[in-house]
This record gives sequence, C-alpha cells and structure tokens, in this order.
Amino acid sequence: MGAVSTVRSMNDVRKAAMRELPERETRGFSESASGGMRGQSESLAQIGGVLFNQQVSTRYWHLAVSAPTAAAACAPGQFFYLRCGDDGEPLLRRPMSVYQIHRERGELHFLYAVKGVGTTRLAQLRTGDSLDMVGPLGHGFTLHPDWRGVLLVARGVGLATLGPVAAAANRMGIRVTAVLSAQTERDVLSESYMRSCGACTLVVTDDAGTSGVAAMRELVANILASEPIDALFTCGSQRLTALLQEMAAERGLPGQAALEEPMGCGLGVCYCCVRPFARKEGIEQLRVCRDGPVFPLAEVITR
Amino acid sequence: MDMRVAVGGLMLQNPVMPASGTFGEEMAQVIDLNALGALVTKSVTPLPRMGNRSPRVAETMAGMLNSVGIQGKGITAFVRDTVPFYREFQSPLVVSVSADTADEFADLASSATVPGVAALEVNISCPNLEDDGRSYAMDPVQTRRVLEKVRAATRLPLWAKLTPNTGALTEVAQAAEAAGADALVVANTILAMAIDVETRKPKIGNVMGGLSGPAIKPIIVRMVYQTARAVRIPIIGCGGIASGNDALEYLLAGASAVQVGTYNFVQPTAMLTIIAEMEAYATRHGVTRIADLIGAAQQM
Ligand SMILES: Cc1cc2nc3c(=O)[nH]c(=O)nc-3n(C[C@H](O)[C@H](O)[C@H](O)COP(=O)(O)OP(=O)(O)OC[C@H]3O[C@@H](n4cnc5c(N)ncnc54)[C@H](O)[C@@H]3O)c2cc1C
Ligand SMILES: Cc1cc2nc3c(=O)[nH]c(=O)nc-3n(C[C@H](O)[C@H](O)[C@H](O)COP(=O)(O)O)c2cc1C
Ligand code: FES
Repeated sequence: MGAVSTVRSMNDVRKAAMRELPERETRGFSESASGGMRGQSESLAQIGGVLFNQQVSTRYWHLAVSAPTAAAACAPGQFFYLRCGDDGEPLLRRPMSVYQIHRERGELHFLYAVKGVGTTRLAQLRTGDSLDMVGPLGHGFTLHPDWRGVLLVARGVGLATLGPVAAAANRMGIRVTAVLSAQTERDVLSESYMRSCGACTLVVTDDAGTSGVAAMRELVANILASEPIDALFTCGSQRLTALLQEMAAERGLPGQAALEEPMGCGLGVCYCCVRPFARKEGIEQLRVCRDGPVFPLAEVITR
Repeated sequence: MDMRVAVGGLMLQNPVMPASGTFGEEMAQVIDLNALGALVTKSVTPLPRMGNRSPRVAETMAGMLNSVGIQGKGITAFVRDTVPFYREFQSPLVVSVSADTADEFADLASSATVPGVAALEVNISCPNLEDDGRSYAMDPVQTRRVLEKVRAATRLPLWAKLTPNTGALTEVAQAAEAAGADALVVANTILAMAIDVETRKPKIGNVMGGLSGPAIKPIIVRMVYQTARAVRIPIIGCGGIASGNDALEYLLAGASAVQVGTYNFVQPTAMLTIIAEMEAYATRHGVTRIADLIGAAQQM
C-alpha cells in the first residue's frame, strides 16, 4: 500500500521535473514536438547553499547542499550539471549524479572523486558558499513495486549513483543486496549509507583480490541462486556492466545501467554525449544526458 | 531603448540569437524563447545521420573541441516535428541547412521552405564531397556555385555561414554576396585538435574537431571587422560570446547581430543576461538605438 503510493508520487515528481518531455519510448531520432515545454523559464537553473563539503577519504568528497525545489523534483539516477568555478576555469560544467535525496530537509548530497580541475574546484567549496546547479536532468532508475529484491553492483564513483536506488527500494519494501567494489576498503564510502537504507552490503576490493571478474561472477551467481532477485542495477565499470549483462541475459532478468560520457550542454540539445546502443530497431545513437544516463542493461554497448 | 536590428531580410526585436548546434527545443525548459532575437536550429541534413564516434567533446583552455558530425533525423522529420514546435513562439525561426553536394543543398533548401520558417542559414562550412571534403566556404568559386543553386531554390532570406578555416575570407564573403546571400554569419568553429598525453591519443573520437568558446573570440572579431569592410550585406558575429560586452564588441566591429554558442552550455540563461547587459550599456552611454553602434569601431 505504502509502497505503491511512493512509486506514484515519485513518478509524478519526475514527470513534473521532465516538463512533459517525450516519453522514454520516443527517444532518439523519433523525439516528438511538445508544446508543453513553454513558459518553464529558468526552472532548471538553481542556486544551492552549501551545507558541508567534507573530504571522506583520500580521493572522495561528500558535498551537501540545501536546494528544496531541486530535491523535491529529483529522482534516483538523475544528475545535476554543476558550475565548478565562476571565473571561467573550468569553462564547462561537471555532471554529478545525486548520491542522497532528502526531500523532507530539502537537501541534495553528492559524492565525488577529485580527478582534475573541475572536481578540484568543487572541493574548495565551503559551508555557506553557493553552488550554481542545473537540474535535475535526465532519466533516472525505474523500480517496480512488484519486485521482491534487487541486486546493485557498483564500482568507484558508481557507488554514489546507486545510493538513492537503495533508499527508494527500501521505502517501497523491495529488498536490496549491494555488491560494492573499489580499489581499497577506504574507498567504499557509500556502504554505511546503503546499510542505513536497509541494504545488505558485500564489499570487494582490488587490495583483497576479491574484485576480479572471475570472483565477481561467482559472487553474483551465488547471490542470484540464493536470493529472490528480480532486477540488476549497475554503475561505474564497463567490465562489471559486461559481466552483469551476460548474467542477466542467461537468467532472463531485467537490468539498468547508469552511464557516463563527456558532455556539452547537459540538456539534450548538442549531441556531444552520444554513444551507440543496441536497440530492437538496430544500433541507435542516444544522448547520455537526456535519453539516459540510465539505460536498459541489455542495450548498453560496452567498450 | 530600441534594441531592434535589421538582418538579412528580417527585423529582429534584439540582436541576440543562439548559434546553430548549441540550441534546441529543450532550451524552452530553461529560458523564454520569445525573449530572443531569433531561434536558430542545429543544422538539418537531407537524410538522418548517425554523427561521429564518441567522445565528441573535449574541453580546452577557455574553449572546447567538438566533433558531433551533425547527427540528426533529416529534413522530413524536421519539417514534420520540429517546425511546428517552434511555430508556438513569436521569435523568427532560422533553419540551418547542411548537405554534401550543391544539388542536395538546393533540394534541401526547397524542402525547408515551409510556413513557420523565416530564413535559411546555409552551413557552407561543412565538408564539400565534390571538392575532396574541403568546405565550400574555404573557396570563393565553390561558395558562389552552391549559393547560386540554393538562391534559385527558395524565396526565403539566405544567411551564409562562413568558415574561419580559409585564407580567402573576404573573397568568400564577396562571392556569397554576389550569389545573393542576404547576410553572412561569421563564423563557424576553428579546426583544431587536442591530445591526451597519458593515453597518447587524440582526445576526441574524430581526431580533429571544431574549437569554440571564449578562446576564439579575438580571431572572429577580427574576421567580422575585415568582412564588414568587404561587403554591403549585414553580418552576424559568432564566436566566443559570453557577456554583453563581448556582443557589443562584435557590433562595434561591424556585426548587426550576434549568435551565442558554447556559452549556452556554461550558463543556459546566458542569452537573456547578454540582452540585459547590452541594454544597460546603451542606457549608460545614452544610446537610444542599439543599431547606431554597428560598425562604430570601423576606421574609415
Ligand atoms: C551522468 C554523470 C554522473 C556522474 N556522477 C558522478 C558522481 O556522482 N561522482 C563522481 O565522482 N563523478 C561522477 N561523474 C564523473 C564526473 O563528471 C567527472 O569525474 C568529472 O567531470 C571530472 O572533472 P574534472 O575537471 O575533475 O576532471 P578532468 O579530467 O580534468 O575533466 C576534463 C573533462 O572531461 C570530462 N570528464 C572527465 N571524466 C568524465 C567522466 N567520467 N564522465 C563524463 N565526463 C568526464 C569533464 O567533465 C571535463 O569536461 C559523473 C559523470 C556523468 C556523465
Ligand atoms: C557542439 C556544437 C555543435 C555545433 N553544431 C553546428 C551545426 O550543426 N551547424 C553549424 O553551422 N554550426 C555548428 N556549431 C558551431 C556554432 O554554431 C558556432 O559557430 C561556434 O560554436 C562558435 O561560437 P561559440 O564560440 O559561441 O560557440 C556547433 C558548435 C558546437 C559547440
Ligand atoms: S550533453 Fe548536449 S546533448 Fe547531451
């Protein structure tokens, strides 16, 4: 009962956020024109107030912003396009998927790895600073109320992207099992958050030699054999995506994968973030920012 | 404040419009399209195109490289789906067209001549398959040949979009004027390249791409200045505009209007800010008609 109403309200919120854009089915070349987008001026451009921005391990930072409108509209798997410096360096925004959504408190959290100039600038934000953000953007994950259990398999920053899936599934009464993969134990940052969302977590690392493809195949096979899993979710590794694709296909299970691609506009107009997907109709060039970033697992072409 | 400018057969309510390929229906979610001087579509091609391989974008200092490769659904779907969407807005619709041969260009121009389209922007900066892939706008003879065919195929105002990748800029501009272009867009992206030193490979899938953004502005301002002296038709300046002052620089160099590209990615509301900043400048300087600034920096 409660679970069903959560789904409804989540879908409604997402529809509102998408401003009556074409449905998922009409993506790619067949985008239909919609007069419904008119007059939504500046609704996606937001300023968030930084609540905290903390280094949580050698490479990772946890950023929390107050942004009630964005938090209310945001669904798991969606992302924000963040301005990292207002002096023109870096020029382009950086895409970050949302790690925690706290609607009641009007908060959005991000978990990011410091890589280059953009994320270095992001790490300089202090409590009380403002963050120029565009979003929520893209199509997020879909959870089905009939599902008994889901398996999340993520690596590196992909752990952040799957955070809100664990939370939403828990609210819907869907059991979550999560396999979290990272270089070292210290980099498995979302484990405590996933646990607090009621997920059963398993950690594998390069250090411990437990994150290789063969070991993962065995681990995932055991989970699928012993637990009622109705769908697979993944993010953060091409290698893991390929493995899960194969295992899901063998068992006839549906899956979803969140992808990353360098972006221009983030809004769907420039076609900079396109990559090929294997769809029923053949190979299609789809936009990660608009048609994704979450795609059906079976359609992803790994590289 | 009179912000109107006359550009190639159209009277625009203000001089600011998006650059082709950096704007689309989705922008209506972020800004009020009725506030813009015109709406310019991404280049439409005769048939659907898959575009280039990824990655298609790489950031560089104060700019970006792209090699999208004009992915799109083709003119039939465009006329059916996209033109009706823009009919809802009052800003004039300028359709950018791009084709591989002069005859295809002419057919395309004729297919794009439908109610709701106010002008055509002819993207002659794209590769010409009849000339070994060099772009039409690198060469005055090819420019004249393709534009004469397009001119004969449509009654709509024609804007020719030039490439900065030529040593014959003013000759190309004059050839376009002679062929019947009503305005010139100066310019498209600068052919460029970036290499990742860690992987020792080009940063974009297509190896080479077009450089855009603030980094190119001084080069294109110079080109607008030179072109304005060489032709009598209006010029639309395009390259690296990020602020009202950048847009004014183009007007002073001789442009009648401007297009904003890459900066829409940085700040989706940028065009509205630019319009407001131009108005504020005019008020501050006691300018009553923004058009009075066109070419004010030209040394006669
Ligand atoms: C939809 C989406 C969601 C993401 N979510 C997260 C997240 O939650 N946490 C996190 O740590 N990272 C996330 N990323 C990756 C993050 O955007 C990049 O790590 C970041 O852009 C790097 O910027 P930089 O300036 O520090 O690095 P640089 O290497 O200096 O960046 C150079 C350029 O490459 C682009 N780029 C580099 N890596 C990536 C990448 N993996 N994907 C897309 N563009 C890239 C940058 O945006 C920039 O334009 C996400 C990416 C996408 C597309
Ligand atoms: C991602 C991207 C796609 C583009 N696509 C087109 C196109 O389809 N047709 C065209 O004539 N110009 C295209 N351009 C060039 C722009 O219209 C503009 O001429 C150029 O980017 C310079 O302006 P800017 O520095 O303001 O971006 C594209 C530019 C970018 C960045
Ligand atoms: S980044 Fe522009 S379409 Fe995706």
